Amino acid sequence: MSDPRLLVTTSPFLKDSASTAWIMWHVSLSLAPVVLVATWFFGGSVPLVILAAIAGAVVPEGIQTILRRNARQPQAPPLRDGSAFLTGLLLALTLPPGIPLWMAFLGGLVSVVLGKTVFGGIGSNVFNPALVGRAFLQAAFPATMTSWLPVAEAGSRAQVPATLFTTPLLAADVDAISAATPLSQATFGQPTPEFADLLFGAVPGSLGETGALVILLAGLYLAVRGIVNWRIPLSILATVWLVGSGLHLLDPAGYPGGMFHLTAGGLMLGAWFMASDPVTSPMTQAGCWVFGALIGVLVVVIRVFGGLPEGVMYAILFANAATPLINRFTQPRTFGTRFKPGFTR
Amino acid sequence: MSPAASEPATTVFSRGLWKDNPVFVQVLGMCPVLAVTNTVMNSLVMGLATSFVLVASAIIVSLSRRVIPKQVRIASYILIIATFVTMADYIIQAVSLEIHRALGAFISLIVVNCIILGRAEAFSSRNPVFRSVMDAVGMGAGFTVAIVALGTIRELLGSGTWMGLPVFGPSFEPWVVMVLPGGAFFVLGLLLLLVNLIGVEK
Amino acid sequence: MSAPNAINPPAETSSGRMILVMGAVGLAASLLLVGTYRLTAPRIAANRAAYLQASLSSVVDGADRFVALIPGEAGWVSGEDVPGGSRVFFGYAQDSLVGLAVEAAGQGYQDIIRILYGFDVTCGCVVGMTVLESKETPGLGDKIEKDPVFLANFKRLVVRQEGEPVSPVLVPRGQKTQDWEIDAISGATVSSQAITDILAASTPGLLDALERLGQPAPPVDSPAEDTP
Repeated sequence: MSDPRLLVTTSPFLKDSASTAWIMWHVSLSLAPVVLVATWFFGGSVPLVILAAIAGAVVPEGIQTILRRNARQPQAPPLRDGSAFLTGLLLALTLPPGIPLWMAFLGGLVSVVLGKTVFGGIGSNVFNPALVGRAFLQAAFPATMTSWLPVAEAGSRAQVPATLFTTPLLAADVDAISAATPLSQATFGQPTPEFADLLFGAVPGSLGETGALVILLAGLYLAVRGIVNWRIPLSILATVWLVGSGLHLLDPAGYPGGMFHLTAGGLMLGAWFMASDPVTSPMTQAGCWVFGALIGVLVVVIRVFGGLPEGVMYAILFANAATPLINRFTQPRTFGTRFKPGFTR
Repeated sequence: MSPAASEPATTVFSRGLWKDNPVFVQVLGMCPVLAVTNTVMNSLVMGLATSFVLVASAIIVSLSRRVIPKQVRIASYILIIATFVTMADYIIQAVSLEIHRALGAFISLIVVNCIILGRAEAFSSRNPVFRSVMDAVGMGAGFTVAIVALGTIRELLGSGTWMGLPVFGPSFEPWVVMVLPGGAFFVLGLLLLLVNLIGVEK
Repeated sequence: MSAPNAINPPAETSSGRMILVMGAVGLAASLLLVGTYRLTAPRIAANRAAYLQASLSSVVDGADRFVALIPGEAGWVSGEDVPGGSRVFFGYAQDSLVGLAVEAAGQGYQDIIRILYGFDVTCGCVVGMTVLESKETPGLGDKIEKDPVFLANFKRLVVRQEGEPVSPVLVPRGQKTQDWEIDAISGATVSSQAITDILAASTPGLLDALERLGQPAPPVDSPAEDTP
């Protein structure tokens, strides 16, 4: 086809110069400081867990690429766009540092196969793939997934806990390495760590969820570059702060404050890097505000009233499921019509 | 519609095993398939109980196919099926209370398993006794094989055992999700994918 | 052999015939059911009794017979025919009381948990606990049934101190210092708390009933006769 006089096609008509691959590799690169901070606090296990999770995510994507090449299908090879790499990296950042490598690998596998490929590949998935993998691991190995390493001492950074090298399918001796996260301390009414430790990341937790400040800076950079829609994280963080502070005002002894909610747990990582995934978040700007507020309310509700200490994962997955509905109700009025959004079509 | 009467009895039997497998091809009776397949033993007992009800009700429905008026046939079939389900319930309690506790309400729920009413309506009520029994045995065997396959995968990964015997040794890390209902959906989905890959005539 | 479509012509069927057929089917069904019930009832009863006996023996050591009672207005009333849930089984060895097995239930993480706990009257403490029914999460909450450290809590858990009831208290793993504290299962705090709450709710009533009604007289008939 050479330059048709009248090209009839569906939206989108305006295209950005950024390709999917450019965005994916850019986001991955912006996570590098987060990885460095995690390695500083949790030692040598961090790069190993990250590599295992990425390997698990990339293998099925690679197989799919080969199958498609053989089937002579015209799509771009999915491996090169870096989305599987980013999925594996994000998954690894939500895992506890002492997790056996075979579980991290399995999580990556599940992320891409059950989270993305079965829905039809990149752009067709309903749920955030990294969080699907984490939800699977959480449901399959609840004890291992809630055993946290204490923050590494200065001399022990090079050491890697033996639990990482557990033979596949066998259990890790996680009882030996258990430490409590700030959120579980809050759940059981124990004293919570200093604000500065929460901000810089010197608290037990998942690999990439502890250094709130670094994640915030990385996220802000992506927002400034226009890669992340700033409305979603802002809406999440504002809602969490408002609801958390409101509860704290009602009963200062019973509920932790808004700033604690903002800096503890996986909120920063979830808000900047997972909720903002363009595939699984609403398309309309108004929808993004609603989406973020829904996540924010759910996070605080699960943390404060639920049986689980942390609720970011389930809050985002739940809001992912609500995305089509939000899209439908936040359609902007088409120019020149009196169209009312909703179920009217 | 019901298959041609000229079909040999062996084909009637083997249809339930593979080509019209109630679980993998018809995707019927999902309630017990998803709910009680967490161990091989539970799956086996559920499969055998369902097969017993299938065969027994097929005999009675086929025998009485000229007697029961069309208007009250569904009510009569349900009554017949419920009778055999209650019998199976008593027998399982007498054999092992432990299995009965594990299967819980799902034994009584065999009554509403659509495979049984479906075969009664679609086959037994239109075919002579021998062919009805062959059909019921085939369907029952297909159902049993399918849910035992599910139970095998779920018990191996979820508990590291098979029929209660340890397979992976004492330090196996159980995949808790496999014992939970969510695991049933994963395994059923993967098995359906596998069966479709192998290629079943639809 | 007939063609499938020729069966059951839809035309005129009298209501009388329908009622007759339904009645006949119903009659045959009830006969079958009664027959099966009569054949299997003794086995089912024996299975149930064996299960209960095994549970009772696991929480009260050394008793050779149990009498099921429930506290009434003026004295202990026979609980043999009472559906399970609130019975107190008095365990005897050679006509002397060796311990009580008490049924209790409460909300767990998933569903109602039903437990049976052993109680020693002289020391005023729980001496054993077994879970009769629970749907707690496999691998986490179901550790309340088999975690050795958790079950060791109930070998001697004081619920009466100087004549006053004491409520058991759940503490994090490894921090148990008092006889009325329960060492929690790490990772299954909700289920551990549920067991603690069940005991805390059940033991004051038991202590009150024992104080109000005293101990029932030991059974008069000889132990050998009706021991299952």
